[in-house]
Amino acid sequence: MFFYYLRLARISILRHWGLSLLMVTAIGLGIGAAMTTVTVNYLMSADPIPNKSHKLHTIQLDNWDEHKPFKEGLEPPPFLTYRDAKNLIDARQAFRQTMHTAAKAVIEPLTEEDLPLYVTVRANTADFFTMFEVPFVYGAPWERATDNTHDLVVVLSEKINERLFAGKDSVGESIKINGELYKVVGVIADWQPKPRLYHVDKVKAFDDTEDIFVPFTSVTREKIIFDDNSYCWAPTSDSWQDYLDSECVWVHFWVELNSPEEKQGYQDFLDGYVEQQRLYGRFKRPDDNRVNTLQEWFKAREVVNKDNNMLMAMAFLFLGVCLLNTIGLLLAKFLGKAPEIGLRQALGASKRTLFYQYMVEAGCIGVAGGVLGLVFAYLGLQGIELLYGAKMQALVTLDGKLMVFAILLSVSATLLAGLYPTWRACNLAPANQLKSQ
Amino acid sequence: MIEFGLIIRALLRHKMAALILALQIALTLTVLVNAVFMIQDRQASMQRDSGVNEQDTFYLTSRVFAPDYDHLSEIPKDLDLLRHTPGITDAVYINSVPLSGYGGYLRLQLQPGKDQDTIIAGHYLSDDHVLNTLELELVAGENFQPEDVLVQDSNSARQPAKIIISQAMAAQLYPDNWQLALGAFVYVNETVPLRITGIVKTLQGAWHFWDQVEATAITPVISVSDSGIYLIRTEAGRRDELMPEVEALLAHSNKNRIIRSVTTLQDTRTESYREHNATNKILMLVIVTLVLVTAFGIVGLATFGINRRTRQIGTRRALGASKGQIMRYFMIENGLITLAGITLGCLGAVALNIYLVQTFAMTPVTPNLLLYGAISVFILGQLAVLYPARKAALISPATATRMV
Repeated sequence: MFFYYLRLARISILRHWGLSLLMVTAIGLGIGAAMTTVTVNYLMSADPIPNKSHKLHTIQLDNWDEHKPFKEGLEPPPFLTYRDAKNLIDARQAFRQTMHTAAKAVIEPLTEEDLPLYVTVRANTADFFTMFEVPFVYGAPWERATDNTHDLVVVLSEKINERLFAGKDSVGESIKINGELYKVVGVIADWQPKPRLYHVDKVKAFDDTEDIFVPFTSVTREKIIFDDNSYCWAPTSDSWQDYLDSECVWVHFWVELNSPEEKQGYQDFLDGYVEQQRLYGRFKRPDDNRVNTLQEWFKAREVVNKDNNMLMAMAFLFLGVCLLNTIGLLLAKFLGKAPEIGLRQALGASKRTLFYQYMVEAGCIGVAGGVLGLVFAYLGLQGIELLYGAKMQALVTLDGKLMVFAILLSVSATLLAGLYPTWRACNLAPANQLKSQ
Repeated sequence: MIEFGLIIRALLRHKMAALILALQIALTLTVLVNAVFMIQDRQASMQRDSGVNEQDTFYLTSRVFAPDYDHLSEIPKDLDLLRHTPGITDAVYINSVPLSGYGGYLRLQLQPGKDQDTIIAGHYLSDDHVLNTLELELVAGENFQPEDVLVQDSNSARQPAKIIISQAMAAQLYPDNWQLALGAFVYVNETVPLRITGIVKTLQGAWHFWDQVEATAITPVISVSDSGIYLIRTEAGRRDELMPEVEALLAHSNKNRIIRSVTTLQDTRTESYREHNATNKILMLVIVTLVLVTAFGIVGLATFGINRRTRQIGTRRALGASKGQIMRYFMIENGLITLAGITLGCLGAVALNIYLVQTFAMTPVTPNLLLYGAISVFILGQLAVLYPARKAALISPATATRMV
């Protein structure tokens, strides 16, 4: 029966090809718009580390001015002061912990003919690599102990290793920054989590990962220049040491916690820590010590920016208009078939079979609309890449899951739109229709 | 207007079709008004003046890597070289570039001491050439003097004696009369006094999305850093020709640094507003397709309505109705449905707007926009129904007899 109805649908669609084309195009446009925005949002809020995202947490403490919150709405500062980060890392209360920040450097030529190379740097502690599951091609992360010795070591990205050592295993070799030699301990494979989970905000969430990684001490000891956001509220004086001791926040702090109990334990530890710091006249605001999950953090940092949410809302309203359009057109079409329906009913077709038949037709239109919608979504995503630039490149691919979703959305929306017109068509009184023939 | 009752009775008999069309029109109006509104909102912020001559200005980063580099003598040398290059009007060493997304800010207070109210200003640090290089318009006071300028390490917290602020900043300090700011003292780091010696008309800060973007301050400090910015203004029209020349000039004058990111202010503006621009283009596209979809929907529905009523139209024609009357019938019918849709759509538009205002912190939509939207949608409906209505009018009276 299904195939028979499919054939009837084909005949019906072809007979009223103009109307059918109109419906398919409208649904296609609606689905295309919805899918474009859904894809961008979906990929923006994708979980870059699904197997352990539930274990990774970032810490916020409210060390701000007692009279003025960091941000109205009582959001504590997004980063920690150096002294808090250092205290927490030394306390080793979590399974793993890392502090890190962004920096910049110039790798100087070791020979006359080479050219200096400007690189972006992440200054971090050893656990960073294991926590974020950074893949290594050569070598390994530096030892935890190195975080406290002042060894100058470096982990290179594959790209920089290619530039400097032609892609060879460079472990044991050295690079020169600010006149000092850094020993290469590892080379990581191309690692570009999107969003870049360890450092996300409105602007930087989809930036590439850094070129090289060095121990955090290279920043605190002014071997490498810190280049990250810093927010201060209390006055600071001249020296770098004063800055390190100040209430300025600039250090990202992350912990890995294996269970809810560990998380609760860490929360208690933080509360205790802040209580203890109050003895030094710090933390005068009410307790707001946060252990954020990845999802909470992405939300707080507005990784999916508001424009995209707004555009998604608009796209679904647009899809709504297209569906209403389809309902109207289907209604017109099915009611236009009244004589045919009357005839079939008089020949013994039950309401159920009629209903089935017309839903098959609506479904066909839905599938066609969905396929066209995918084409529009593809074009839409190309357009978004064009408009937003290379930064969005990772966010404009339709994967299999999304394609299936698009077709399902289209078919179910069209079937839903077809319900009322079909119901009306099946409930026409056959006698009336026959009379008019 | 005898048709009125007739139309309404006919509509009531097929109320579902009419209702669906009305709903579609309502939703169209809802989206339309809000999309236009959001476009205007973004357009307005994109059109704000940065206060700076953007056409003839570019900048570059001088990234020092040699460990024993003597900034304090090299920077004046660079500036001297730049300022004496033919085609260059003026140049400065500066900490940040308007709208570039990277910069600093300063907390100013009118009274010294702890716990005073502070106002945040985007902060530029440069020397006495800054007004000329950026081509800022001074509305009160005077420029810095060469002897005012402090040249120091970027970690230094030493403060100069003077400060120049933007008029918007002055208005925040003295809401009743911004001119009172001239000569007044403001305090940084709670206690350090700086005298406001100049007020410039407009100068935007580094972050276009910051609500304090118009509130800015300049202090006469060359804050030395390994990654310094030179901002250069050329004679009108010579920017593009001079950019590569200047890059080479600086690169060759000192080999202990890398000259990077040679960028025009125009490109910086484009990059800064890229997202706004993209969102606006997408919204435009939404509006255009929405209008098309709705218009074609109306055409389709009306055509089918007319096909269904061919006999009725023929009969009316046979009974003496003129072509004009038939056309008028369908135009009025569509008009009534559209009006119902518009009424509903206005409610929807306001509701969506309230939601958007609350969720995305925007300003509310103006009644004017709603009115224009309603008129446009009404005209759209009438235009869309024109063709089917004409077709209906062309149905010959004979049809009525033939079909019986």
